[in-house]
Amino acid sequence: MFMFEKAVVGSRRYWVWLLCLMAVIGLGLISYLHQLAQGLGVTGLSRDVTWGLYIAQFTFFVGVAASAVMVVLPYYLHDYKVFGRITILGEFLAISAVTMCMLFIFVDMGQPSRVLNILRYPTPNSMMFWDMISLSGYLLLNAVISLVTLSCERKGVAPPGWIKPVILLSIPWAVSIHTVTAFLYNGLPGRSFWLTAILAPRFLASAFAAGPSLLILLCMIIRRLTSFDPGRKPIRKLSVIVTYAMIVNVFFVLMEVFTVFYSGIPEHMEHFRYLFAGLEGNSSLVPWMWTSVTLAVLSLVLLIVPRFRTNDRVLAFTCSIVFLSLWIDKGLGLIVGGFVPSPLGAVTSYAPTLPEISITSAVWAIGFLMITVFYKITLSVRESVA
Amino acid sequence: MRVGRKEFLRLSGLSLLALAGKKVVNAITSAAQANKPATRPAKRWAMVIDIKRCLQEQGCTLCINACNQVHNVPRFQDRRHEVKWIWKEAFQHVFPPDGAEYMVAELPGAPLPVFCNHCDNPPCVRVCPTQATWRREDGIVMMDWHRCIGCRYCVAGCPYGSRSFNWVDPRPHIARLTPDFPTRAKGVVEKCTLCPERLAEGRPPACVEACKPKAMVFGDLEDPASEVRGLLNTRYAIRRKPELGTRPQVYYLV
Repeated sequence: MFMFEKAVVGSRRYWVWLLCLMAVIGLGLISYLHQLAQGLGVTGLSRDVTWGLYIAQFTFFVGVAASAVMVVLPYYLHDYKVFGRITILGEFLAISAVTMCMLFIFVDMGQPSRVLNILRYPTPNSMMFWDMISLSGYLLLNAVISLVTLSCERKGVAPPGWIKPVILLSIPWAVSIHTVTAFLYNGLPGRSFWLTAILAPRFLASAFAAGPSLLILLCMIIRRLTSFDPGRKPIRKLSVIVTYAMIVNVFFVLMEVFTVFYSGIPEHMEHFRYLFAGLEGNSSLVPWMWTSVTLAVLSLVLLIVPRFRTNDRVLAFTCSIVFLSLWIDKGLGLIVGGFVPSPLGAVTSYAPTLPEISITSAVWAIGFLMITVFYKITLSVRESVA
Repeated sequence: MRVGRKEFLRLSGLSLLALAGKKVVNAITSAAQANKPATRPAKRWAMVIDIKRCLQEQGCTLCINACNQVHNVPRFQDRRHEVKWIWKEAFQHVFPPDGAEYMVAELPGAPLPVFCNHCDNPPCVRVCPTQATWRREDGIVMMDWHRCIGCRYCVAGCPYGSRSFNWVDPRPHIARLTPDFPTRAKGVVEKCTLCPERLAEGRPPACVEACKPKAMVFGDLEDPASEVRGLLNTRYAIRRKPELGTRPQVYYLV
């Protein structure tokens, strides 16, 4: 396959890492077969909390995928040359994240064998139909862009002219994937927690903080483990992007909190109460949510003060807590919080089960495996060119 | 594209044959329909629940038992896996979020029957990505259990909590099987269907038939002479969460 030969030669460390990932994937596969045989009853989901870890992870990784636009846009639209070396890393991150999203949707299906019914009976009034279109389109765009630009880099020629409009198309497309994903939730009349126009902007802001944070961490890992140095400048610039996005995200959250609590409408307040104080003795998510808040506030301090932001060690820590804080907020609280209390006022606690966590870890491992292989190919190509 | 004489004759012959075939099929199906009992197809089915009558016997579960039996609704010990078509909820949960401290003494905590509202503007139908749930001409919101992919978007979309998902295989949890109604597989969503299979035979839904105090009245809203229209004309009725614009077709007489 295309440049794939670069992925099958590597150091001992490379292979040990791949084998570890494959072990996690294997365990997840066994858990999935168990889920396939027994039904989704093996998860912690219930009649009242019908979406949980899978759909929340899907939502979070749509954000990570969309965040590639934060390196693509400055480089291609503003000719910001500094990002030239890492643009493709962002695109490969997007490909891996979109694949994870699709897998998370797939493992959440009650009847996975019928999943193609979405194509057989296309239904434009369903937001899920549009989400499928935007996600698969985004995957295709990024696959084409990264393969074409990388193969040109290998041959030492300039990319063909037709790729430029494709790249430009990928910029609004990135915004669309997270907007449509927000529309999945905020168009539902009975779910007051999601019924807010700020949801899509909030999704985008948190995505542009979490995604570039992950990219900074990946760049730092690459710098430490390989001979390739993405350089200090792109990391500095990315950290500024993370700073702005995180500020905007926290601002949006506070706007939502004001609207909900000043208006005082019980249906809207109850979900926040459940997440941050607990309802009827159910408070399993409370420590998580406050951890997320604490990390968000701490990260703002570390991002805004230049002395901390420009220190690589501190920045690595900051990026980790930005990622963790937003993962808790979006990959845990946002989906579950929307279901509690239920439309009939029931407070049902939800905790993922072992098979559920195992399947989720496997999808994560698949994502890491893809990133590893893609980055390995990229770096090998660059080494051979240099 | 160019069509030769031979090809043209072949195509027109085939078309004529197809037309004739359609005529035959139509004739057969209309003959089959003629054998069915003559029931006037309703324009808009609706249900009216007389709260006073229903509360005469608060522990009564006749409607629930009848529905569960007729439709092979499974019973689970684990509350998380429950499948419910019709069940009872406390008044304040059926009609939130009033929370009034002072009201008719018997209402707070009073158990009321709840089931699918068969909305005129159903969000579940709007969100389903495969059209596995749809609204029929007569207003019934139906389910196709063979098309449903089990994404549970409709469950999230329903503002009344009327939809259940089969978290595990329901078949071992059916106490007494009714052979002439299908059982469901794991991984699909189900809910109240207003018994179209009984309506086709001119019989009312199973819950209505089972209700001893006649607290559940079923009929056609488009028919000015129907009992449901009579009740709604003379008594004050409320619907669940009317502010959401779903236009439920289950009315509760206060």
